[in-house]
Amino acid sequence: MGAEVKEQDMTPLLQVKALTKMYGPRIGCKDVSFDLYPGEVMGIVGESGSGKSTLLNAMAGHHAPDCGEVVFDTRADGPVDTCTMSEPARRMLGRTDWAFVHQHARDGLRMSVSAGGNIGERLMAVGGRHYGEIREQAADWLGRVEISDSRIDDRPSDFSGGMQQRLQIARNLVTGPRLVFMDEPTGGLDVSVQARLLDLLRSLVREMGLSAIIVTHDLAVVRLLADRLMVMKDGHVVESGLTDQVLDDPQHAYTQLLVSSVLQV
Amino acid sequence: MSDYNFAYLDEQTKRMIRRAILKGLAVPGYQVPFASREMPMPYGWGTGGVQVTAATLVPDDSLKVIDQGADDTTNAVSIRKFFERTAGVATTEETKKASVIQTRHRIPEADLSEDQILVYQVPIPEPLRFLEPREMETRKMHSLEEYGLMHVKLYEDISQHGDIATAYAYPVKVEDRYVMDPSPIPKFDNPKLEMAAIQLFGAGREQRIYALPPYTRVVSLDFEDYPFEATKANHPCDLCAAEDSYLDEVILDDAGSRMFVCSDTDYCRSRRAEGHVGRLGEEAA
Repeated sequence: MGAEVKEQDMTPLLQVKALTKMYGPRIGCKDVSFDLYPGEVMGIVGESGSGKSTLLNAMAGHHAPDCGEVVFDTRADGPVDTCTMSEPARRMLGRTDWAFVHQHARDGLRMSVSAGGNIGERLMAVGGRHYGEIREQAADWLGRVEISDSRIDDRPSDFSGGMQQRLQIARNLVTGPRLVFMDEPTGGLDVSVQARLLDLLRSLVREMGLSAIIVTHDLAVVRLLADRLMVMKDGHVVESGLTDQVLDDPQHAYTQLLVSSVLQV
Repeated sequence: MSDYNFAYLDEQTKRMIRRAILKGLAVPGYQVPFASREMPMPYGWGTGGVQVTAATLVPDDSLKVIDQGADDTTNAVSIRKFFERTAGVATTEETKKASVIQTRHRIPEADLSEDQILVYQVPIPEPLRFLEPREMETRKMHSLEEYGLMHVKLYEDISQHGDIATAYAYPVKVEDRYVMDPSPIPKFDNPKLEMAAIQLFGAGREQRIYALPPYTRVVSLDFEDYPFEATKANHPCDLCAAEDSYLDEVILDDAGSRMFVCSDTDYCRSRRAEGHVGRLGEEAA
């Protein structure tokens, strides 16, 4: 499906050009460049401290990068460098066309606000002022992430970890974004819950034609979800290519180490 | 009297507060930071309102102070005495005769005029505070007009209570720009925020002043299908029979009898002077 979309529309949704983020003299991530096409899912793997979360936050506008460009194909004005666009415009993008799924659901949810209110927040932020419609959409999205709509008025603090993560995804996707940033979306969940979440993510990505950038250290996650893969080490991209190609025939010594480190059950 | 500068504060401090007030009037609804002084009363007793009043008063002003609409409650009495002593200005309990009215939690029932100033005591000036604890973030939300979160609060109200249960400190949008906390006035008073008088809001502990110039457009936030409604107890006043005033409920004995009376004591008194008598009006008089 990814390939079909690409043929229709050759403008990349996101172009990252020589993106660099330094923490003083230390490298966060350096000289990262890639294009992401509509409908494509990019995986970023690497060990802890390799700069993958830094890269993700720099792309999503949470950290100002030191140099480089993050060009996003906006609906209204075509490709625009989001690093130099005005802050209101960037924050607007952050709640309409972009979504960010945090590793810890508590970072992405309002724990003292009901599930319905959490999903409705983005709708209200872009001008939704009809309670009935907001609530209807919230119930619809709860269903899509497999949460019973009888839980619509419960607080996320009453939810299990897996449900919180699914709620966070619903809250992010309700405004129909085109690009989703995910930071370890399955981290901290047990394997059966992970599997269901991955199933859900895969079907949502396919149904909505989303593009996504997924940061993870779990190779199984990228094997299932990602079309393409970047391997990071010490802030640099050491290898990139199609997911199956990189995982089945790793070229770089570090990628070989990474692939061979996975436990076979 | 001679021991104090006029109205307690020194002239430089009053200038500083007046600058904040003028800025607040120029940008209606915007919270202007100011260097709030220690006042000889605890925070929560109206230190912000007192400083604004002190900076506003001139010797020929006539001051009225109300607390929950009443002239004779502790907070009102002590602040009125404070200015009698430190400014020597005339004081009054009649809304129409006052040129400056300091209020806690109410707007007087009688319409105010263009030559009057209404000063509010504000405990928490930030309407987004309980939704977003970070001050840096709330300031950014104000500057970028990101007010979706305010509606999340109203959404939560409806989902839990069936309607918008917020009954006081009901958030308003000023001139289509800033969302403002009108201080803990009952939402019954919200429509009166569009008035002829100047309205000044002072928060002493939080060090913020904001203002509404006369006839500023003030809209209470709501949903299309759950419109704003100014509510009051569904009774006439038991003393003056007023149907249109905000009421306090007073428990009379242990057997469950109660009465509803105007919270605005001056309004109730003037109506009774005009001959209006409520259900219990004769006994009380």
